[in-house]
Amino acid sequence: MDLTNDQLLDLYYWMRLTRAVDDRLMLLYNQGKILGASFSQRGHEAISVGAAYALDSEDIMAPMHRDLGSYLVRGMHPRRIMAQHLGRVTGPSRGRDGNMHGLGDMSLGIIGFVSMLPSSLPVTVGVGLSFWLREEARVALTIFGDGGTSTGKWHESLNFAGVFNLPVVLICQNNQYAYSTPVSGQFAIRDIADRAAGYGFPGVVVDGNDVLAVYEVTREAVERARRGDGPTLIECKTMRMEGHAAHDDARYVPQELLVEWEKKDPILRYEGVLQDQGLLTPEVQEEIKTRVMAELEDAQAFAVDSPLPDPSDLEKGVYHEADCYWDRDPVPES
Amino acid sequence: MAEITYLQAIRDALWEEMERDQNVFLLGEDIGVYGGSFKVTEGFIEHFGPKRVLDTPMAETAITGAAIGAALMGMRPVAEMQFADFISCTFDQLVNFAATNHYRWGASVPIVVRAPSGGGLRGGPFHSQNPEAWFVHTPGLKVVAPATPYDAKGLLKTAIRDDNPVIYFENKYLYRHEKGEVPQEEYEVPFGVADVKRLGEDITLIAYGAMVRESLAAAKEVAQEDIDVEVVDLRSLKPLDRETVLASARKTGKIAIAHEAYRTCGLGGELAALISEAAFEWLDAPLVRITAPDTPVPYSPPLEDAFRPNAKKIADALRDLAAY
Repeated sequence: MDLTNDQLLDLYYWMRLTRAVDDRLMLLYNQGKILGASFSQRGHEAISVGAAYALDSEDIMAPMHRDLGSYLVRGMHPRRIMAQHLGRVTGPSRGRDGNMHGLGDMSLGIIGFVSMLPSSLPVTVGVGLSFWLREEARVALTIFGDGGTSTGKWHESLNFAGVFNLPVVLICQNNQYAYSTPVSGQFAIRDIADRAAGYGFPGVVVDGNDVLAVYEVTREAVERARRGDGPTLIECKTMRMEGHAAHDDARYVPQELLVEWEKKDPILRYEGVLQDQGLLTPEVQEEIKTRVMAELEDAQAFAVDSPLPDPSDLEKGVYHEADCYWDRDPVPES
Repeated sequence: MAEITYLQAIRDALWEEMERDQNVFLLGEDIGVYGGSFKVTEGFIEHFGPKRVLDTPMAETAITGAAIGAALMGMRPVAEMQFADFISCTFDQLVNFAATNHYRWGASVPIVVRAPSGGGLRGGPFHSQNPEAWFVHTPGLKVVAPATPYDAKGLLKTAIRDDNPVIYFENKYLYRHEKGEVPQEEYEVPFGVADVKRLGEDITLIAYGAMVRESLAAAKEVAQEDIDVEVVDLRSLKPLDRETVLASARKTGKIAIAHEAYRTCGLGGELAALISEAAFEWLDAPLVRITAPDTPVPYSPPLEDAFRPNAKKIADALRDLAAY
């Protein structure tokens, strides 16, 4: 493990911030302040934070809707994420896309995702292709769910990545359910990671609720890709602790499964690890909690105070052209 | 000026753009060693190497996705669909990802998808289609369909230099049937600018792609009967040159539209609506559409000939319209 004590605590901070923002988003949805949909990532903090933390700043990541921690670790300010959920013009999509969709920002190396999962996967392979063509020592990483692995584009993408031996890291967040469909209805094998053999590169299974394990496995895959040794498929086993989206009470999930996975909560587990190492003293824990709450309140206040988009901008920026909508500040100077 | 084929014009545009900009590269099925199923890229891999002319697996979604990803990183990929018919295999990447990306979060996707389209070559239901309307209907895409070597070269250069996703419909029948003069010096054909290929006073005949050739032949034929037809070649389907279409419609007052694609919700319907909205008072007759019927493209010669519009069918429609 190449992480310093500060970095170990950093991981904890990002996981705590992710959980806090997620809880607040669900609260705002239930209060009727977030319209449409909201997707909880509760229980997936180890994957989203651990995977993003394994990348360097010049690498590119394409997360999806349950990877809130990845957006935060890559540098997307909580203000912008909150603004996006409240349909404000200060979010990355300026109100054009909602909740976790379309949270893209190329200056942070983040590709915004599209609902037809895993739509970002062929694109991530293309990012890797550009690194290979230009002989750049960079890596492209994407995350998809267990449901996404049933699509044709998933198979086309892995095959394409294998044929060209591209510098990509492909992470499956296997959280047991795709909407209401359990993995037993999604595929007839135990481990998705086994499929990597069919495409000529390694597949690894990792405990998706263990942030250090996710980080370590991803870091190895990233270094392998950077060396020019090609793709890796990583399957992170976890559990979706809420419904598909906030409207879904997930009554189709057996209660005992949730009780079992609640005991494996990735944040509480990691707290135990840090406490055993003497890194997470009550004082440090309190300091992190205070920082997280300050970030959260600041983010919400920023979003609430931000303007909604102007309907007169509706048709702007469909196409890129000189001095287009996206080249200008979203909030006109007053 | 040299006279070259439509196919040669496409080759020249690709070759010159690849020489001009290192970020331009080609990817597709059988385009490298084999030179493409129509030999458009023959000799390219020998000159530019396998990293700029990528032979890919048979995977249209991965090809388009790979192009999108490379484009997000600043490259200028030109993806070839072996046949335009196969573009439906990658509909999702084009309409959901490439088309919406800039509107949704501001990152442009400068890809070109080359789609060899059209019939008349006994290709049957899956090697003859003209699927342009799906993409014209999709905000965020640009769609062009050249009819001559000059426009084929100029529009492809513009497509490669454009910052947005462009679907480039190149007509297979025209590849070797259509020849024309192309200047040696550098030029582009701008998007959204139609070209009046023949001036006339009596009827406006709007066409694009292979139907421009058939329309010009039909116009020549009925000219002997003192029917003076103006042929408007759209060249660019999206953006559409509304001004040129409307100016011609107002001048002649009689409109015929010819396209090789299916009738229902084809470009003809949109053009009819546009003219009805903006030139209604100038019209002297009901608008006429000469299109393929709403059937899959059939294989056997008598069936395909009945299916596909041609100069004779267009000329007959022009006579009826002139007599109205």
